[in-house]
This record gives sequence, structure tokens and C-alpha cells, in this order.
Amino acid sequence: MEIPENVKKRLSIPAEEHFYSGHTACQGCGAALGLRYVLKAYGRKTIFTIPACCSTIIAGPWPYTALDANLFHTAFETTGAVLGGIEAALKARGIKVKGEDGVMVVGWAGDGGTADIGLQALSGFLERGHDAVYIMYDNEAYMNTGIQRSSSTPYGAWTTNTPGGKKHFLEKRQKKKVIDIVIAHNPPYAATASVAYPEDFIRKLKKAQKIPGPSFIQLFAPCPTGWRAPTDKSIELARLAVQTAYFPLFEYENGKYKINMPNPKKEPKPIEEFLKLQGRFKYMTREDIEILQSWVLREWEKLKKLAEVFG
Amino acid sequence: MAEYKPIRKVVSGNYAAAYAVKHARVQVVAAYPITPQTSIIEKVAEFIANGEVENLQYVPVESEHSAMAACIGASAAGARAFTATSAQGLALMHEMLHWASGARLPIVMVDVNRAMAPPWSVWDDQTDSLAQRDTGWMQFYAENNQEVYDGVLMAFKIAETVNLPAMIVESAFILSHTYDVVEMIPQELVDEFLPPRKPLYDLADFSRPFSVGALGTPADYYEFRYKIAKAMEDAKKVIKDVGKEFGERFGRDYSDMIEKGYVDDADFVFMGMGSLMGTVKEAVELLRKEGYKVGYAKVRWFRPFPKEELREIAESVKGIAVLDRNFSFGQEGILFNEAKGALYNTSARPIMKNYIVGLGGRDFTVPDVKKVAENMKAIIEKGELDVEVDWYHLKR
Ligand SMILES: Cc1ncc(C[n+]2csc(CCOP(=O)(O)OP(=O)(O)O)c2C)c(N)n1
Ligand code: SF4
Repeated sequence: MEIPENVKKRLSIPAEEHFYSGHTACQGCGAALGLRYVLKAYGRKTIFTIPACCSTIIAGPWPYTALDANLFHTAFETTGAVLGGIEAALKARGIKVKGEDGVMVVGWAGDGGTADIGLQALSGFLERGHDAVYIMYDNEAYMNTGIQRSSSTPYGAWTTNTPGGKKHFLEKRQKKKVIDIVIAHNPPYAATASVAYPEDFIRKLKKAQKIPGPSFIQLFAPCPTGWRAPTDKSIELARLAVQTAYFPLFEYENGKYKINMPNPKKEPKPIEEFLKLQGRFKYMTREDIEILQSWVLREWEKLKKLAEVFG
Repeated sequence: MAEYKPIRKVVSGNYAAAYAVKHARVQVVAAYPITPQTSIIEKVAEFIANGEVENLQYVPVESEHSAMAACIGASAAGARAFTATSAQGLALMHEMLHWASGARLPIVMVDVNRAMAPPWSVWDDQTDSLAQRDTGWMQFYAENNQEVYDGVLMAFKIAETVNLPAMIVESAFILSHTYDVVEMIPQELVDEFLPPRKPLYDLADFSRPFSVGALGTPADYYEFRYKIAKAMEDAKKVIKDVGKEFGERFGRDYSDMIEKGYVDDADFVFMGMGSLMGTVKEAVELLRKEGYKVGYAKVRWFRPFPKEELREIAESVKGIAVLDRNFSFGQEGILFNEAKGALYNTSARPIMKNYIVGLGGRDFTVPDVKKVAENMKAIIEKGELDVEVDWYHLKR
């Protein structure tokens, strides 16, 4: 569809669509939205690699594709390694990578494929310094195989292998801070982003495009199916995750931290506002909520301190 | 065409592989160290450090699984890609071996045959590579360092013609670390033989969007498999043609997938793969002088399996002694199993006996071959087997 010039001018994100309708995501899927934004930022000259995850399906079965870009499907744990291989091949062939006019090599993997089985390849990718972008879309569980926990699943969440019962729920561990593990590698650029803040996300994608070396973006991407949440609440949930400081937005660039919250001075909203819209937290007691709340605030204080000291 | 004057170098099997990688103008090497493969990738790194190669990207990955994944990414993005490994490393790659063939990527790998642990062993044994037989990789077993070098060059040409990956297999230490004269081919002649790769698809081609490896529903998956099966079958002719061309250009003919010696008038032949067959060939010469009517059949290519050539051999002999430096637990030696299977629906039914030899680097020598010959002779005279599978070296 042609977008009139006057409308284009008013848009704060690129008008071009490179993600086709007819993809096979659930309604309200944060991951699908995220893919759409990545394609808006990078356009046609992009090589994606996607491991086993919901996006394998979202991108479409053979011979279809929902992406106006080239896509290589890969094994669950190999995103980081395949990115390295693609980048090496382009370099050996004298093809420009990254930058405004170069080919963008993009890994698009879920939290399972990143925080768990793919962590080793991610680490190798960061450490070797490939010119590519790794995006972890964080829907906080293994959705493709039917909602099992990942190490990115938060404390207190129901999943099919951490079910809630009359007495207990089984997810007793706090969310793994993948971004902290990434930053420990001291990459040129790492950031968190959210589908509720597309301008911020696209700005970060553009930054990752310009900065040489490996970039990592952890994108908060609600999954109404797995979170047992209404399909029209995805953006609201993603926004609340930021406003409660459960998933704060920040950047790490050349050793410096920068928090990019919509209202940085404002006190975080209570975590309950984020929890109450989702069926996956229904087994939590008052006490459990307090445990999660204090973890959130502790992590938030830590981040603020980092930004203060290394800002 | 320039005249061929070979460059003779005394090199290990591993260095022979590294030189072939250089001469093949490989563009991406992604690898992870494991004994006894390590000196291949070290030598390649040295070529880069000394500026002896152009445009070769070396990706020192964090595991073999990632080595194969990176080669897959590189090959999908149009580069000529290479890796090398052994035993545990190859086993760790297993998932990605399927990925390489399924995505129709002509990656070439050297596997240095090494026994699987436990117990730990760094010595020769073919079970590591043979356990990968159903991954859709072509497999060439080298007898000596020369065949490692030649094998890698031919493998790229064959792989890039049929769009399937290929594995060149050499023995731990017996070849990998043993020095021998290898006749190398001047670069410009290799370039004529092996022109730059023309990929089946190229991720850097943005003329239309496409995806590789998407979900294949039951309506399509079957055909994808058939195409690999077909490519493997077609590879037989390509292997023979390339082997013949190699012979015509460089004097070493590889047009037979099974290398034969003294088969025509032999009562029985020894059949096996890899460096083991060097010993056998030596022994056959001696046995012939002693009046034994024996020959040999060295299986060069295990995948695709040269059924037709095997049938021809089987038709002319009374017996086949299959020497397996490998074992499939719960069954028998893997080559034995394959060879018997290939002959079942034919009129060729020689007596076949399986000798399990040399596992984990146990020596298999000329006198051993002679003992096998005596045993085979007795079996053929009697017209029946003693045992079908003989654990030849067991300390009884
Ligand atoms: C080696 C391997 N183990 C297990 C699987 C099965 N598997 C496919 S997708 C998936 C979960 C993916 O979870 P995540 O990365 O969080 O992405 P999501 O499905 O949530 O989008 C699993 C376990 C696999 N494909 N490969
Ligand atoms: S299960 Fe969740 S992540 Fe997967 S397609 Fe549906 S909404 Fe998206």
C-alpha cells in the first residue's frame, strides 16, 4: 500500500513494510511485531538466521515466506555460530557488511534459544566480534514447544513444566539476566528494548547497524498465548513491564550505561499491575509477589547505580 | 592447459589436507581443535599468518557443533567452506551434519578417524565417521597422505556439482602424523580443475526474498528427501568422472569407487577401507608370491555406496574377507553389513566373513593379513563359515 507523503512525514518510524500479511503468528504476538520493526529498520538487504522457535513458524512454511529479506533457518542452539559463518563468508567475498549501505546479518532467536541452549554460541559470537546483530526476543518461555520454562521465565510464573497447583507453583528461580551476561563480554553495543516502544527499538536497531562489531538487543515481546493474557493487552503489558521496572530499557555502549525510560524520574509502578493481567501468575501468593517485587527493585537500583557510575 | 609438473613435499596427512585447503582456495574455515586433527587447522592458520592465502576467513569457534554451524552459514552465504575434526568432535557435530546436507551445502570436512570414548583413546578407529553414514554426507576413505590431498580437491568439485557435503576420512596418527611424499599440484592447475564455486543459492542475492530450511509439511518433506537420495545416486557418476579427469590431468586415476587388485583370478579378496588397505596391498603381493590366489578391493567411497562395482567383484570370487576397523554394536562390522546387504538381491553370493580388526589403534600387520588368508582359504575349501564375525585380536 502506498503511504501518502504527508502521512509519511508524520510517522516517527519507517513507513515501508517488509513483513508480509498472512504470517502465522497468534493474535497479539509480540514476536511478530518485533520482526516487523526489525525489517522496517533494516529493509530488504538483510540476511536473517532464525533458530527453532515460534518465529520459525511465523516466517511461514515452505515455499512461503513472510519476510521481505533472505532467511536461513537454523538449528536451535546455533544462532551465534551461523551469524559468524554468514559474516565471514560475506567478508571473504568482499561484500560490505553493516553500516548504512552494507548487508545486515541478523540473528533472531527466542529466550530459550539464547539464554539456554544457545548461550554458548552467543558467547562465542560476542567474544569473536562478528559484524552482526543478535536479537533475542524475550517471551519468557519456550512457546513453540508449548509453554515450558526457560531460564528467562520469571519467578512465580506458571508454565507447562512449572505448573501451579493447590499448594505450590514450581518456578522458584528469578529471571536470568541475559543482558548482564552479554555485557560481561564487553560488546560494542548492547541494549534492551520493548515492542511497546517502537521508536526506541528502531533507534537502537539503527545504532546497532552503525556500530562495527557484534550488537545484542534483548526485546521484550509479550506472548498472549503463553502468558494466558488477552490478545489486545500485549502492548499494555509490554509498557507495564517497563513502567514497573520489571524490564527496564537501557543501553550499554563503549562501556557506558544509559537508561532510556519514558519517565526516568518517576517511581516504578507496583509489579502487581503487570502481574494481574496475566493468567500465568495466578498461583502467586502475597508473599510470592513481595519476593518478586523486591527482586525487581533491587535489580532496578543496581541498574541506576551502574548508569550513575558508568554513565 | 599448462603442463603438470608435480611439487613434491614430505608432509603429514594433516598437512596434506591443509595444503589441499589452500590450493582449493577455501574462503571460510571454522574449526575447533581435537587430537589428532589439530595440526590441520594450525597449518591453515599459519598460511593466513604468513600471507600465503588470500581472502580466507578463519573462525575459531567455541565447539565443533558451532564449527559446523558456522560452515553452514558460510556455505549458505556462498563461500567455499571447510572444517576438520575427529571422534567426539564429529559426534558433537552430528545434528549439523544433517543440516548441511538438508540445506544442500557442499561443505568439505576432513575427519581424522579416532576411536570414541570411553575409554579415552586417540588412536585409529572408523566407527566415528561410519556412525555418520545416514547424514547425507559423501564419504571418501584415504589410504595414504596422497589420497588425503587428492581427496580434498576432488571432494570440493564433486560436492559443488551435486550440492551435497563430503567427508574425507584419514586414520589417526597412521596418516595424520606420519610423513610421506605427497605430489602437490601447482596452483594454476588446481584453479583450472576447481573453478570458483557457483552456489545453488546465495543469501547475498537480494533480487528476490527467499528462505532456506522452512517448515516442510508432509505434503513436501518426502520430496526433499528424495532429492537428496537422487543427488547421492547421481554423485556416483560425478565421482567417476571427476576421478577420471583427475587421472588424466594429474596421473592418479580415481575413476573406480572401489580400487581393485588381482581380483580377476582370485579365489578370495580382502575388502576394507582407509590406511588398513595399504597393509593389505603389501600383504597381497607377498601372498601371491607364496601361491595364494588372493586379491583386494579397497572401498574408496563408502557414501554413495558402490553397489554395482561390488557386485562385479563378488561375481568373480569365491569369498570375501571384510576387514572392519569399526563395529556396530548388536550387529556386525559396518562395511560387512553394507556389503552383504548390497549383494542380497543379486546372483553374486560368495562366502563372506567379517574380521573386526585394529579397533582403537590395535596394530594390524602383514602377518595378520596372512593369518586371515589362511583362515579364509580353509573356509572356502570347506565351503562353510566357522564364525561370521571374528573378533580377530581378542586376548583369548
Ligand atoms: C536441539 C533441540 N532441542 C529441542 C528442540 C525443540 N524446540 C524447538 S523450539 C523450542 C523452544 C523455543 O523456545 P524459545 O527459544 O524461547 O522461542 P519461542 O518458541 O518462545 O519463540 C524447543 C525446545 C529443538 N528444536 N532442537
Ligand atoms: S505462542 Fe506466543 S510467541 Fe508464539 S506465535 Fe503465539 S503469541 Fe507469538
